[in-house]
Amino acid sequence: MKLITHNMLTSKAIKNVKEGFPLRIQADEVRNVDIEFDREFISRMIPKLDWNALIFAAQCVGHQEDLPETLPEGYDNDDELLKKLHHILLEVEVINGCLECPETHRKFPISNGIPNMLLNEDEV
Amino acid sequence: MMKLKELEGYLQGVESFDKPKISLEQYETPSHIASRMVHTIQSSFGDLEGKTVADLGCGCGMLTVGAALLGAGVCFGFDIDADALSICQGNVEEILESPSVELLQADVKTLGSSACRFYKFFDTVILNPPFGTKNNQGTDIEFLKVALSLARTAVYSLHKTVTRAHITKKAEDWGVKMQVMAQLRYNLDSSYKFHKKKSVDIEVDFIRFSKK
Repeated sequence: MKLITHNMLTSKAIKNVKEGFPLRIQADEVRNVDIEFDREFISRMIPKLDWNALIFAAQCVGHQEDLPETLPEGYDNDDELLKKLHHILLEVEVINGCLECPETHRKFPISNGIPNMLLNEDEV
Repeated sequence: MMKLKELEGYLQGVESFDKPKISLEQYETPSHIASRMVHTIQSSFGDLEGKTVADLGCGCGMLTVGAALLGAGVCFGFDIDADALSICQGNVEEILESPSVELLQADVKTLGSSACRFYKFFDTVILNPPFGTKNNQGTDIEFLKVALSLARTAVYSLHKTVTRAHITKKAEDWGVKMQVMAQLRYNLDSSYKFHKKKSVDIEVDFIRFSKK
């Protein structure tokens, strides 16, 4: 699971959960992969992201890489920042571990890089 | 852009289901069809390269791998079945050098609400939905509706040609533009025991849905 994905996942579908976001990442195994840097793609992606959740995800996996606390203006001209974000969002992969609902602490397992977001019928 | 022949060659290497599950209507999109689909999506509309793409009900990843080969910025494959995803993962690792692919085990039908953070997140959504013919009528429409809620630009889907009038009506109801790109002959070989004939040909429409 890449951290870009973490930014999109919630546990809101669980009964009585209000936000279910961001999920806490417990990373037992993390791997780095090489993905070609596509500046335009990353620039277009950034406004879709929840910045606080991104910082939280990066902290969870120990890759905070001195990210600014808020998204700076003119980020799309800051190549250094874009490359950092490219790395954090696409190249860091959680292979094994889990995602934890911040409200119910229900755990969603991540195995072989794939998060399992399925819920049982009695949970929804 | 990669040539069609080369693309098809790669997709011929995609491993298929070990034991296809009837309840999920698992059958592989033939590489011949998948390669033409993704090639058209990129060459005619530029809807893959550098784009955020989703493949709903990705199965073993035929379309996901195809989209990634044509330069998708990232392609998310969603499937409910862990066995299929595991084969898909193998295909991604085997065929792609720099796999900008994410796989998620999830029920596609639950992704459709506007509360879902994936709402309008993807530029392009591609799918070969379950046709919904075996005790689960309407599954293809359910998948299509979810696809439209996740896509900002376009949805590319396969539907049985006999349902074209029904799909046209749905597209009108939803206020989306529908273009039948091609009518294909889809060869379902005897992957399931209840297929009496050795192979069954069905007519399938390759359709693009977009904003009006």
